[in-house]
Amino acid sequence: MRQTIAEKILSTHANKTLHAGDVAIANVDFCFGQDGTSSLIIEGFEKLGKEKLFDSSKFCMFIDHSAPSPNVGVSTIHKIMRDFARKHSAKLFDIGCGICHQLMVESGSLSCGDLVLGADSHTCTYGALNIFSTGVGSTDLAIAAASGKNWFRVPETIKLVINGKLPVGVYSKDVILHIIRDITSKGANYRALEFYGSTVKRLSLSERFTMSNMSVEMGAKCGIFEADKKVLDWVKARSKRKPNPVTADPNAVYINVNEYNVNTLGPQVALPHEVDKVRPIEETEGTRVDEAFIGTCTNGRLEDLEVAAKILKNNAAHPDVRLVIGPASREIFLSAARKGYIETFVKAGAVVLAPGCGPCVGTHNGVLADGENAISTANRNFKGRMGNPNANIYLASPATVAASAVEGKITDPRTFSRRLK
Amino acid sequence: MTHAAHRLLKIQDNVNTDYIISGRYKFQIRDPKELAKHVFEDIETNFYKKIKKGDFLVSGENFGCGSSREQAPQALKAMGFRAVVAKSFARIFYRNALNLGLYLLECNTNYIDDGNEIELDLDANILKNKSKGLNIAFKPVPPLAKKILAEGGMIEYFKKYGKLEVNE
Repeated sequence: MRQTIAEKILSTHANKTLHAGDVAIANVDFCFGQDGTSSLIIEGFEKLGKEKLFDSSKFCMFIDHSAPSPNVGVSTIHKIMRDFARKHSAKLFDIGCGICHQLMVESGSLSCGDLVLGADSHTCTYGALNIFSTGVGSTDLAIAAASGKNWFRVPETIKLVINGKLPVGVYSKDVILHIIRDITSKGANYRALEFYGSTVKRLSLSERFTMSNMSVEMGAKCGIFEADKKVLDWVKARSKRKPNPVTADPNAVYINVNEYNVNTLGPQVALPHEVDKVRPIEETEGTRVDEAFIGTCTNGRLEDLEVAAKILKNNAAHPDVRLVIGPASREIFLSAARKGYIETFVKAGAVVLAPGCGPCVGTHNGVLADGENAISTANRNFKGRMGNPNANIYLASPATVAASAVEGKITDPRTFSRRLK
Repeated sequence: MTHAAHRLLKIQDNVNTDYIISGRYKFQIRDPKELAKHVFEDIETNFYKKIKKGDFLVSGENFGCGSSREQAPQALKAMGFRAVVAKSFARIFYRNALNLGLYLLECNTNYIDDGNEIELDLDANILKNKSKGLNIAFKPVPPLAKKILAEGGMIEYFKKYGKLEVNE
């Protein structure tokens, strides 16, 4: 049938054979909104005049972007969400639960082969679980919540083949930043990505989520991995639903095949104010750091905190650096506490936030002052993203951010390679 | 009737939704007219003051990339823009604008300068740049998009037809 993974998943959900370029109505397995998008979802849903959600077990909302609320405007939106959830018997993940994308992959709502819509651009994260998941706006989400369907244009697919063994101190975040530099912010617009290669096979699920998460930074609709044993184990441990793994046909048609070798790749940093302005760390080492942030849907998972803890163990953050750490979910927070990472962070002088998006979207918890530099494990460094258009954001791996926090300047984490082995 | 084209002075490509409306506003302001006062605030102060109803926003590649916030096209529409004209659009923004009934026109925008007077001919798929005496062809709006736009947006479309339809 010569189909890519994206073409197959959309075909299954539209009940007809589709290829790139086709437009079709497809059934959606799950959809959700967060506190930045849900007030418009609710407004849209109510304008549609529907009494009920299509299926209240296939819809939920998350309060994660500004949680707990920093002001009355946000509190009003949170209240609208809570009232709507109560009225429609829909699940609401309130403050302290964590970031939507981490909770979605932890919750067991998803299974391989699913089609998922989220009113958040980083919904593409679940591609690591062999899922076609993509971000949409609030009206599209309201339509899906009301009808269980939406329309899709079937995307062309770019195949990414990543081979080689990552050196010590170099992580999947560095790989995806390197790929974003190559493809650019617009290079995968309207397209799907498929990830393959020996490097990908070796990566943990946590590391793969970092890569699928950043697919949208190249414009991609989704970034999908194959369902290998690691994926199936993850899904089976959490979901009661039978996984339906989807592979591409051997003769599937790709619009491009990009090959990368990571054997000699070093740590990468995205410079202000574009995600694709990526440079090897050597070109920006020594830049002053005022705030260091480890967290977000990109890099706020247990493995990320573990790497940071290795560098920060008995190693205080530089006195001029504000170190902020945001575990991506309550489950991660608890595991990090049990493993002693939280104690390590607090002793190193860090502020540990409630699980959520933290300072990534610039609404609370660590807004920068004029002229300040932040180094962050997030996925976006747009001007003003962390709340101040006159500040600079550098994006890097948790190891690079932790090393930079200790030194007070952008630092190659391989300086700490003995701790990282 | 002609309307003015507006370009951002500092940035042409990859204008993201954080620039259109910053996260610090979209989380707390729900009135689109109030949001409109903060459009492009981080890039160009008081941008909103020069926009008149029916004007065109003109940009380069990948307009609207980044966050899925629908407040971005909502605020642009509330400012009075008839359409955004760009070389290409990011996909989530494209759908959001369509769903709200804001026209997006894809063409070579090199031939439109800030302040040019533009007339839109939707039937002929042409933007007439009266200031330069040029007719610029834009990519025809896809059939489903045209139907949604004709109803004024996705909500109105869905209410009228009761469902989504692709082929007829």
